[in-house]
Amino acid sequence: MKNHVLRPLWCALAAIALILIVRHFMVPDDFGVNGESFTYGFHRLSNVDEWQDFKAKYKGREYCQECHEENVAEASTSKHQLIQCENCHGPAIDHPDAPETLVIDTSRELCLRCHASLSYPDSPRAKIKAIDPDRHNTDTSCIECHNPHNPNLEEG
Amino acid sequence: MTEELIVHGLEWTDKLLFVYPNEFIYWSIQIVMYPYMTGLVAGAFVLSSLYHVFGQKDLKEMARFSLVFSLALLPVAMMPLMLHLQQPLRGMNVMFTPHFTSAIAAFGIVFSTYAVIVLTEIWFVYREYFVQQTIALKGKADLVSTFKRTLYHVLTLGAYDINEEAIAKDKKAVKIMAAIGIPVAGFLHGYAGFIFGSVKANALWMSPLMPVIFIMSAVVSGIALCMLTYIIIMEWKKLKATLARGRGDESVTTIRGAEIEVISKTSRYLIMFLVAAISLEILDLIFRGYTAMKSWDILRSVMFEEDFVKIFILQYGMGNALPFLMLMLPGLTIRRTAVALILVLFGVFMMRWNVVIGGQAFSLSFEGFMHYHLPIIPHNLETFKEGLAGALTVIATPFILFWGINKILPSLNVVESD
Amino acid sequence: MSCSRRKLLKSALSASVAASLPISAFRFLSPAECKAATGTEGTRWGFLVDTNKCVGCGFCVKACKKENEVPYEAPVTRTWVERYVVTKNNKLHIDSPLGGRDGFTDQKIRGEEIDPAEIAKTFFVPKLCNQCENPACVQVCPVGATYQTGDGVVLVDRDWCIGCGYCIMACPYGARFFHPVHKVAEKCTFCYHRISNGQQTACVEACPFEARRIGNLLDQNDPVTKIIMTERVAVLKDEYGTKPQVFYLGLDRNVR
Repeated sequence: MKNHVLRPLWCALAAIALILIVRHFMVPDDFGVNGESFTYGFHRLSNVDEWQDFKAKYKGREYCQECHEENVAEASTSKHQLIQCENCHGPAIDHPDAPETLVIDTSRELCLRCHASLSYPDSPRAKIKAIDPDRHNTDTSCIECHNPHNPNLEEG
Repeated sequence: MTEELIVHGLEWTDKLLFVYPNEFIYWSIQIVMYPYMTGLVAGAFVLSSLYHVFGQKDLKEMARFSLVFSLALLPVAMMPLMLHLQQPLRGMNVMFTPHFTSAIAAFGIVFSTYAVIVLTEIWFVYREYFVQQTIALKGKADLVSTFKRTLYHVLTLGAYDINEEAIAKDKKAVKIMAAIGIPVAGFLHGYAGFIFGSVKANALWMSPLMPVIFIMSAVVSGIALCMLTYIIIMEWKKLKATLARGRGDESVTTIRGAEIEVISKTSRYLIMFLVAAISLEILDLIFRGYTAMKSWDILRSVMFEEDFVKIFILQYGMGNALPFLMLMLPGLTIRRTAVALILVLFGVFMMRWNVVIGGQAFSLSFEGFMHYHLPIIPHNLETFKEGLAGALTVIATPFILFWGINKILPSLNVVESD
Repeated sequence: MSCSRRKLLKSALSASVAASLPISAFRFLSPAECKAATGTEGTRWGFLVDTNKCVGCGFCVKACKKENEVPYEAPVTRTWVERYVVTKNNKLHIDSPLGGRDGFTDQKIRGEEIDPAEIAKTFFVPKLCNQCENPACVQVCPVGATYQTGDGVVLVDRDWCIGCGYCIMACPYGARFFHPVHKVAEKCTFCYHRISNGQQTACVEACPFEARRIGNLLDQNDPVTKIIMTERVAVLKDEYGTKPQVFYLGLDRNVR
């Protein structure tokens, strides 16, 4: 007499087998424990390369200097030499190929990041020359009077 | 551009005072629904097992019904998760590459095991019925009968023996599956509690008591739901029978509604688990207040000010204390029980809400709050899935499924033969 | 039951149990093999923030968003700056409008006027992912979508993440969020694509005041490492046991 009691077990095993087969196709081959730790190292190895290959957008001042020698030189004598070109000019990406020209942010808001007066005497911000944005030439763009590359105000 | 760009959680989160920029209420209504639904699954199964394993004769009526209802609830437990995931189509990854250091990874194994146990137990309970149906439907040529006969034929898995020995084997197997199922049901819900209890970053959730609190209240909600559904269905049948008799239908011989004996005995178990659940929660609260860790100031502010009504009035008061009194007072009636059960179900829901949403009501900075407002009218996919509409869909589905499943596995007015 | 049937049962059971363990997912690559494959040998990235130098200009936040394609208008960010104003009555005023993306140009904090005469101390605190040594966020990922590289950076596999949000809940620092476009978990990667190719992170490069620096903690001669080893530095929330690797100079007790 056949024992029917085990039939559900065979069904369960068949389901497990199905999952394992599907799994074989769905999970990338390089997925596993990379390194010693299952807790912290369980992942698809090729993802590391994918992140390393992510495109960098900002190139840094040295890259700008290759063509824009004079502008970099102009800034190098002022306090604004601390500021990266791309902070105001935007990321170079593949400039001059793409984008051909960089859109310069000439808004007041950009300058106010450092130059809006906040009465915090103990902060390093206090060492930066600042203005009250609601009072100081409110309808004018900062660069109409101040050269952003070389704002040296002492020279009038 | 605006259609694609959705900051998840932004729409239903209000930030007060100082909250970190990336903080939103990420785990919203569906994460409240998920432990609620798995709790109902676990509780319904435990109720059925109390009869099969411990021979609680007074639960005979309820046993088969709660087992089948537990099956109707099973697929619904998956729904809140699928509606919540930002990448629902990748949900199966949990089965393919489970990272076992994560409590959520346990879901794949525990849920599958539990599903297998419920299905297996149901198979053993209904095998005789399947065989009988294939015989009874033989010769009937209409489409529905042929379909049903084929279905039952497949469901027998080829095991046609219904002599005494085979049936005895079935009964023994049922007992074994019910017994194994109890700890697995406990696991199914205990791990849900562990999901929250193990998050050290969340000052409200982190507690070793969390898994136990969740299990206790899960059993409470499961028993309450089964009792309530049972009462409703039996009273509805009684109403139909009474009306038919009134119209002169002679085939109606018995008019039977829900039996008060069954109800009052089942409610004893409900009360036991209710007391256990509330005791642990109060213990947790007292402990936190006493030890007054760094997070206590903001937690006290959330529990006793922002969420006072939700926790003490709605959950503890209306959802625990009041039904406890109603069930304990002498002269228990079906009606009073039904009201008490509705309150219990509401109380368990509020407990899930107060844990999930309450845990996100304060900022990680401990210097600010986040208020959650449930999206009522959906205007995009996200506010549908994670709003009232999504919650109602989840709640309605087990009843719809049960209606369908009950046609194949009749579970009402069926008395388990000893 | 006959012996052969019992044997069959036993072997079937053990075979199914064995097969059900996702064995191939547990293949182990030795640390050396892994580091050689990814080029991470001998490096452990660490970050240094000097709150004595930060003026709250927010150029770091802007640069990070543009470099890492985090939608500029969305109120989520991989790095952010918090402003702290402590008044003489020991009350704490903190804000971080859009994470400090546009800097801090308003004296009012979340709409509240603060009398300058009442100010006891003020400072700005840049924050980012701490790339913890024991990252809680990695521990809770159910599918192995987030992980720690050989050189200590915690990354997210955008093709495998299911978007459950458990890692976001597990981070004590609020460093993680859902990417509004990719719809997976997102966080600061220490500009892994830049540091792996000899460049500075976008935020370090953008900062005009050298408030942010990155270095190799395993290199004794690295200037950043030297500061961390010899000067008084602190970390955020070390009570969680995550062992964060972002070190702060001038971290005040009021920092949350």
